[in-house]
Amino acid sequence: MTERSRDLTFRIGTGAVALVVVLIVFAIGVELTRQSLPSIQKFGFSFWRTEIWDPVAGEFGALPFIWGTLYSSVLALLISTPIALGIAVFISELCPAVLRQPLVFLTELLAAIPSIVYGLWGIFVLVPAVRAIETSMPDSLRQLPLFTGPPLGLGMLSAALILSVMVIPFTSSVSREVLRSVPIAQREGAYALGATRFEAIRAALYYARTGIIGAIMLGFGRALGETMAVTMVIGNNPRISTSLFAPQYTMAAVIANEFTEAADQLYLAALVETGLVLFVITLMVNSLSRLLIWSMTRSLAPLQEAAAAPAGGAAA
Amino acid sequence: MTTIKRVGLAVACASALVAGASTAVQINGAGATFPYPIYSKWFAEYNKLHSDVAINYQSIGSGGGVQQITKQTVFFGASDMPMTAEQLQSAPGKIMHFPTVLGAVVPVYNIPNVNTELKFSGPMLADIFLGKITKWNDGAIAKLNPGVSLPGTDITVVHRADGSGTTYIWVDYLSKTSEEFKKRVGVNSSVNWPTGVGGRGNEQVAALVKQTPGALGYVELIYALQNKISYGPVQNMSGELVKASVESVTVAAAAAAKQMPPDFRVSITNAPGKGVYPISSFTWLLLYENPKDKAQSHVMVDFLKWALGDGQKYCAELGYAPLPPDVVKLELAALANVKTS
Repeated sequence: MTERSRDLTFRIGTGAVALVVVLIVFAIGVELTRQSLPSIQKFGFSFWRTEIWDPVAGEFGALPFIWGTLYSSVLALLISTPIALGIAVFISELCPAVLRQPLVFLTELLAAIPSIVYGLWGIFVLVPAVRAIETSMPDSLRQLPLFTGPPLGLGMLSAALILSVMVIPFTSSVSREVLRSVPIAQREGAYALGATRFEAIRAALYYARTGIIGAIMLGFGRALGETMAVTMVIGNNPRISTSLFAPQYTMAAVIANEFTEAADQLYLAALVETGLVLFVITLMVNSLSRLLIWSMTRSLAPLQEAAAAPAGGAAA
Repeated sequence: MTTIKRVGLAVACASALVAGASTAVQINGAGATFPYPIYSKWFAEYNKLHSDVAINYQSIGSGGGVQQITKQTVFFGASDMPMTAEQLQSAPGKIMHFPTVLGAVVPVYNIPNVNTELKFSGPMLADIFLGKITKWNDGAIAKLNPGVSLPGTDITVVHRADGSGTTYIWVDYLSKTSEEFKKRVGVNSSVNWPTGVGGRGNEQVAALVKQTPGALGYVELIYALQNKISYGPVQNMSGELVKASVESVTVAAAAAAKQMPPDFRVSITNAPGKGVYPISSFTWLLLYENPKDKAQSHVMVDFLKWALGDGQKYCAELGYAPLPPDVVKLELAALANVKTS
C-alpha cells in the first residue's frame, strides 16, 4: 500500500465516521417528527403557542415548558457565567502553582456528580435554604413581579441555582483552556506597555472572547437539556410566570415525568413533540452561537492581527 | 430497588441454570410500579416452589404495561387502572383483568403546632385541590374538625408530577365526590392541576410534605407509614370517618365484591358500606384469554392461583391489603376460562 492510498483510506474512514454523526442527528429529527405526527396534525403551530396541558381533555400546548426551559437556563447562565469566569481567570492567571491542580480537579469533579445526586441535594438542602431566604425577604421586595407568590422554596429560583452549579464546571474548564491558549506575546506586550495585572488579564479576556462565548453556550446547551435535578426542585407546574418563587416546568422534565404512564396515542405524540421542540430549540441555540462566534472572528480578524503585536489596541 | 431487581434476576438466572434449559419456562411481564414490591416477592417465592419457572417483571408504569401487552411484547401486563373500552378494542385478542392486591391513598399533611389528627372529606379535599380552599382555617375544614385551633396560613398543595396510578385513584375519588372537580380536572394518571407543586414519585411528595409547613399532599399508605407523616381519616359514603389501614381497605373491596362486574374492571373508590376506607383501589394483572404460548399460559394460571391463595399472606408486611375471599372466589372461576391447552 502506497503512502498515498493509505492517506486516502484514512481520509475516507474518518470521513465516514464524521458522516455518522450527521446521520444520527438527522435520524433523530426524522424519528421525532414521525412519532409526533398525530400531535402535529391535530395542533399544528398552536402547539408552540398554547398554554394548556390537559391529558384528560387531550389538549396540549408546550408554551409553559418552553418558557420554563428558556427562563431557567438563561437565569442559570446569568448566575454561573461570572463565577465560572472568575474561576477560570484565577486558575489560569493568578493561582499559585500548588493550588492549580487541586482546583482544576475540584471544579471538574462537579461535572462528574450524577444529576440525581444534585436533585437529592436540591430537595434536602437547597430547597429548604431557598425557602428560608424567601420567607425572610421584606414585604416591600415581595411586591416586585420577580418575587411574587408564596415562598415554597420549590420553584424557578431553586432550579436556576442548581442548574448554575451544574453548568459552572463546563464553562470554567473551557474558558480556562481558552485563556491558556492566549499567546504569551499578548501578556508580555501588555506588561511592556505598563499595563497593570488587571489590565493585562482584561486584554487576555478580550483576546479569548470568542472561545469564552463558546464556553458559555456549551453551558447553556447543558442547562437546556438537564432533566432530573431540575424536575426535583422546580415544582413541576405548567404555568407561565416571571416570578422566581413560582413553581414552573421544563420540557425535559415533563417528558421524563409523564412518558411512562402515557397510554393514549395523542398524549404520547404530544410528549414526543415536546422532545422535538427541545431538539429544534437546542439546534437553534447552537447554530446561533456558531454564527455569533463566526461573525466575531470574521469582522475582528484584522484587529486581532494588529493586536498580536503590541497589545494597546486590544486593551483599549 | 435496583438491588432487589438484580438479586431477583440473579436468582432467576441461577434457578434457570439448575433446572436446565429444556424444562425451564421464562415469562416476561411489565407494567405498574405500585405493585412491584409484592410482585417481585411473589415471583421469588414462587420460584422457590417451582425452580423451573422464571418470571421477569419490569416496572415501567401502568401506561407502558397496557401498551406492551397490547403489542404482545410481554406475556402479561399490570396496571393500576382498568383498561378503557377503547384500549381493549385495539388489542389483538380479549384481555382479562385480574385484581391481585389492594392499595390505599391517604391525605398527608404538615401543620406545625397542630397535634390533633385532622379529618377530611371528599368535597373538602376536592375544593383544596381545585384551589378554592386556600387557608387552613377555612370554614369547611373547621366544620369537620371542631375544637382544633387551625392556623390562618396558606395550604401548599403537593401532587404527583409524574403520571401515576396513585394520582388516578386520588382524582377518581375526588371526581366521585365533587361534580366540579370531575368537570374541571377529570380522571387520568396525570391531570392538569389547577394549583400546587408537583413532586416525582411517592417518595418526593412525602419528602416535600414533610419539609413544607402548611403542605397537604397524597401518597400511598405505605409511604405515609414509612415516613411517619401525619395522615388523617376520610369521611366515607356512610358518613363515618375511617382511617386507612389494611383492614379498612379490604372492607372496601369486600363491599364492592357484591356488585363485581364479570371483567373485574371496577373502581372501588367511595364504595358504600360500613367501615369502608373510601380511597382504595385494586391493582390488576392483565392476561390474554387465549394466549399464543400455552406452556407459559399454563404456568401463569398456576402462578395466579398461588398468588391469590398462599401469596396473599405476603401483603401485610409490604403494606398492601389482601383481597377479600369473595373476590378471590370470583377470580378463580374466571381464571378457568384462560386457555392453557
